[in-house]
Amino acid sequence: MRGWDGLRDAPAVQALRLYGLVAAGGFRRFATYRAATFAGVFTNTVFGFILAYTFIALWHERPQLGGYDQAQALTFVWVGQALLAPAALLGFGFQEELQERIRSGDVAVDLYRPADLQLWWCAHDMGRAAFQLLGRGVVPLAAGALAFELALPTAVHTWLLFLLSVALGCLVSFAIRYLVGLAAFWLLDGQGINLINSLVAMLLSGTLLPLTVFPGAFGDVAQALPWAAMLQVPADVLLGRHTGAGLAGALAFQAVWAGALLAAGRAMQAVATRKVVVQGG
Amino acid sequence: MIEVEDLEKVFSVRRRAGRLRRTRHEVRAVGGISFTVPRGEMVGYIGPNGAGKSTTIKMLTGILTPSSGRLRVAGIDPAQERTRLARRIGVVFGQRTTLWWDLPLLDSYRLMRRMYRIPDDRYHANLARCTELLDLGDLLEVPVRQLSLGQRMRGDIAAALLHDPEVLYLDEPTIGLDVLSKAKVREFLRELNADRGTTVLLTTHDLSDIEQLCRRVMVIDHGRLMYDGDLHGLHAVGESERMLVVDLERELPPIDVAGCRTVKVEGPRQWLAFPAGASAAPLVAEVAERWPLVDLSVREPDIEDVIARMYA
Amino acid sequence: MADLAAGARGYGLIVAMWVRTTMTYRMSFAMTALGNLLMTAADFAAIAIMFSHTDVLGGFTFAEVGLLYGTTSTSLGLADLLLGNLDRIGGRIRDGTMDTLLVRPVPVFAQIAADRFALRRIGRVLQGLIVLVWSLTALEGVAWTPVSVLLVPVMVLSGAAIFGAVFACGAAFQFWATDAAEVQNSFTYGGNTLTQYPPTIFSKELVRGVTFVVPLAFVNWLPALHILGRDDPLGLPGWVDFASPLVAAACCALAGLAWRTGLRGYRSTGS
Repeated sequence: MRGWDGLRDAPAVQALRLYGLVAAGGFRRFATYRAATFAGVFTNTVFGFILAYTFIALWHERPQLGGYDQAQALTFVWVGQALLAPAALLGFGFQEELQERIRSGDVAVDLYRPADLQLWWCAHDMGRAAFQLLGRGVVPLAAGALAFELALPTAVHTWLLFLLSVALGCLVSFAIRYLVGLAAFWLLDGQGINLINSLVAMLLSGTLLPLTVFPGAFGDVAQALPWAAMLQVPADVLLGRHTGAGLAGALAFQAVWAGALLAAGRAMQAVATRKVVVQGG
Repeated sequence: MIEVEDLEKVFSVRRRAGRLRRTRHEVRAVGGISFTVPRGEMVGYIGPNGAGKSTTIKMLTGILTPSSGRLRVAGIDPAQERTRLARRIGVVFGQRTTLWWDLPLLDSYRLMRRMYRIPDDRYHANLARCTELLDLGDLLEVPVRQLSLGQRMRGDIAAALLHDPEVLYLDEPTIGLDVLSKAKVREFLRELNADRGTTVLLTTHDLSDIEQLCRRVMVIDHGRLMYDGDLHGLHAVGESERMLVVDLERELPPIDVAGCRTVKVEGPRQWLAFPAGASAAPLVAEVAERWPLVDLSVREPDIEDVIARMYA
Repeated sequence: MADLAAGARGYGLIVAMWVRTTMTYRMSFAMTALGNLLMTAADFAAIAIMFSHTDVLGGFTFAEVGLLYGTTSTSLGLADLLLGNLDRIGGRIRDGTMDTLLVRPVPVFAQIAADRFALRRIGRVLQGLIVLVWSLTALEGVAWTPVSVLLVPVMVLSGAAIFGAVFACGAAFQFWATDAAEVQNSFTYGGNTLTQYPPTIFSKELVRGVTFVVPLAFVNWLPALHILGRDDPLGLPGWVDFASPLVAAACCALAGLAWRTGLRGYRSTGS
C-alpha cells in the first residue's frame, strides 16, 4: 500500500528535503554574522543617500529621463541598495569558496557525493539570498521611503510579483556566478575572472544607473543581457512599468535566462567532472 | 632571566543574563604567582586547559599587560617595552605560525633578518645550524602553507632562533607532531640549551616532553602555582607510589611488610606499592630475607597519574 | 618619534618583500592592476553617462566634476594602497594570529598595514590620476595662480591622509567589533563617492556633517571650490579652503589615539 509513507520515501521528495535543509543552512550561516549584517545595512543606507542626491540632481536637469519621474528614479536607487546583497549585484559570493575547493582538489569529494553540485550550491545561495533580502534589504528600503518620496506600490499583488521577480533575478545571479566558479577548473586562479564578473555585474545590472538611461544601442543591448534580470526587471516590476503581456514577458525574460544559464552550468559541470575523473583531480 | 612576583591577571567578562541584560564577572586567570628562572634553565610549565598557562606566557612576552605584580624578562618590563623585549626573546606558538603563510620559508627568514637587524655573520651561522639540525634543507623554498605540521613547527622554531634570543618560549611545540618530528625537536632543544645556554620555558600537554627535557617543572591550576621544583619532587608532592613487583617461588598469601601495601596477587607474582619518595633498598632487603624470591622489578609511577591526582 | 621611525622602517621592509613576490608574476600583476583600474572606472562611466544627458549637474560642468572625481579618487587610491589592508585586523583578532604580531620588534600597526601589500591597487590611483589630468586640461575659465596650482597636490595628499586616518579609525574600531569591517566602507568608499559629486547637490545638513563631523569636505570640496572660484554652500570663511593639511594632521592624530586605545584594550583583555 502506498500511502503517505510511500510518498515520503519517493526520491524527489527526499531530494527536496535535502536541498531544503541546505538552503536553511545557508540562511542560518549568514544569520549568525550579526555585526556584519548591521554594518552592511549601514553601508547600503549611506550609499543609498549619496546616490539618491545624485539622481535628484540629474532628474532635476532632465525630468522623465529614462522614462522615470523623480520618485520612480529614487525608488530605483533604494531597490538597488536593497537587492545589492541578495542578488549579489557586485558579483561577490559563494563562487570564491567553490574556486578554493576546486584549487585544493576538495571538489572531487563534492562531485562523488550523492547530492548534485549545482543544486547544492544553488540551494545554499538561495538560502543566503533569502536571509540577505530580509536582513539587508528591508531596512535600507524603509530608510529610503522615510527620507524621500518614493513610488512604492500599494497593491499586495505587485509586491508578490516583485518577490517572484527578485527570486528569478537571484537565480540568474547564481547561475552566472556558478559558471564563474567552475571556470577555476581551467584557470590557474580565479582572481581575474572574479574581477571581470564584478565589473560586468556592477555595470550591466543597473546598480550605478538604470539601464534605460544608458545611451543608444549600448542601452538596448544591456537590457537584453542576463544581468538586466538581476535589478532592472525586478525594479520595473515593482514600479508597475510592466502590465499584462509585458509583465509576463519580463518574467519570462528572467526565467529563460535562468534556464539557459543553469543549463550551461550543467554542461560545464559535466565537462569538469570528466576532467576530474580523467586526471584524478 | 625571568623574574615574576605576585603576578596577577583579572579579566572582566560580560555574560548574557536574560535577553538583553549583560552582567560583568571578574575572572582571575592568573592569581598572584611568583617564580624566577635563572639563565640557562629549561623549565616545564604545565597545567590543564584554562589553568592560566597561556595567560602567563602572554604576559611574559608582552602580549598582555598584567593586572598587578612585578615582571622582568632579561631585565625588561614586557608590558612597557614590548618591542625592545621582542629582540631578546623567541616565541613559538604550537597552534599558529609566526611565519608568513604564503611565502617560502627562506623569504620569511630574510624578512626576520632585517626586522631583527641580525648581523650577517650571525644570520648565516644560525640559519646554517638550524637548517642542518632541524633538517630544513629541502623546505626553504616551499611556501609555508604547503608544509606539514611537523615541518612547519621546525620552520617556526628556526625562525624564533635566528636572532639569538636569550629566552625561548615554546607553547605546545610538539602538539600534533609525529613521533619522528617530536624526537627531532626535542633533540634540537636539548642541544640548544646545552650549547647556547638559552633559557627555555615550555608549556605542553605532552608530559613526555617535560620528562625528557626539563629538570624543573612548574604546575599551575586555577591561576595558582601548585608546584615548583624538580620532577622527582613532584612525585612526593603528588603522594604517588612506586611499585615493587616480586615473583615468588610459589603461590603464597599476600606479603606483609611495614612501609608498603600489597595491592595485587596473581599466582606467585605480587605487587607492592610504596611511597615514591622512599628508597626501595630496605624494602627489597626485607622481602628477600623473609620470602622465597625468584625475581623482582621496580616500576616508576606514571607522571600523568601524578598530575591528574594533583588537579583532583 | 622613535616608534614612528621603527614603524616606517618595518612597513618598508614588509612592503618591499610583498612587492618582490608580486613582481615574480609580472603578467598576473599587470592584469589585476588593469582590472582594478577598470573596476574603479565603472563609477566614472556612470558620471559620463549622466553628462551625456545634461551639461551641468548641480551647476557644475563635466570637467569640474572631473576635478572633484580625480582628486578624491587619487586620494582614496593612495590611502587604500598604503593602508587598505588594515581592515584585516578583525580577522586576525578572531583567529588569534594577532598575538604573533605582538612578539615581533615592529609596531603592530605597520605590520598589519603592510601585510599582503597589494600593489595591484595602484590601478585605482592611476585611474584617479588619469581623470584628474584630463579634467585639468578640459577645465575652462579657471584663473590659475601659483597658489591654486600648488593647491592641487596639497589637496590630493591631504585627502589621502584624511582617508588614511579613516582607515586607521575603522581598524581601531574593530578592536571592539571584530566583524564590522564593512562599516568603514561607508566612510571611505562612501566618502569617495560623495566627494566625486559637487556639494551643491546634497542637502545642507549632509554637507555640514561631512565638514564638521567626518571632515571629508576637506578632502577636495573646499580646496577645489577655491580653484574653481566658487563659493562653498555653507558660506565658511575663505581661509578654510587652505585648511586641509591641518585637518588631515588632526585626523591622523585622532586616528593614532584611537588605535593606541584599541591596542591597549586588546592587550588588557586579550580579545
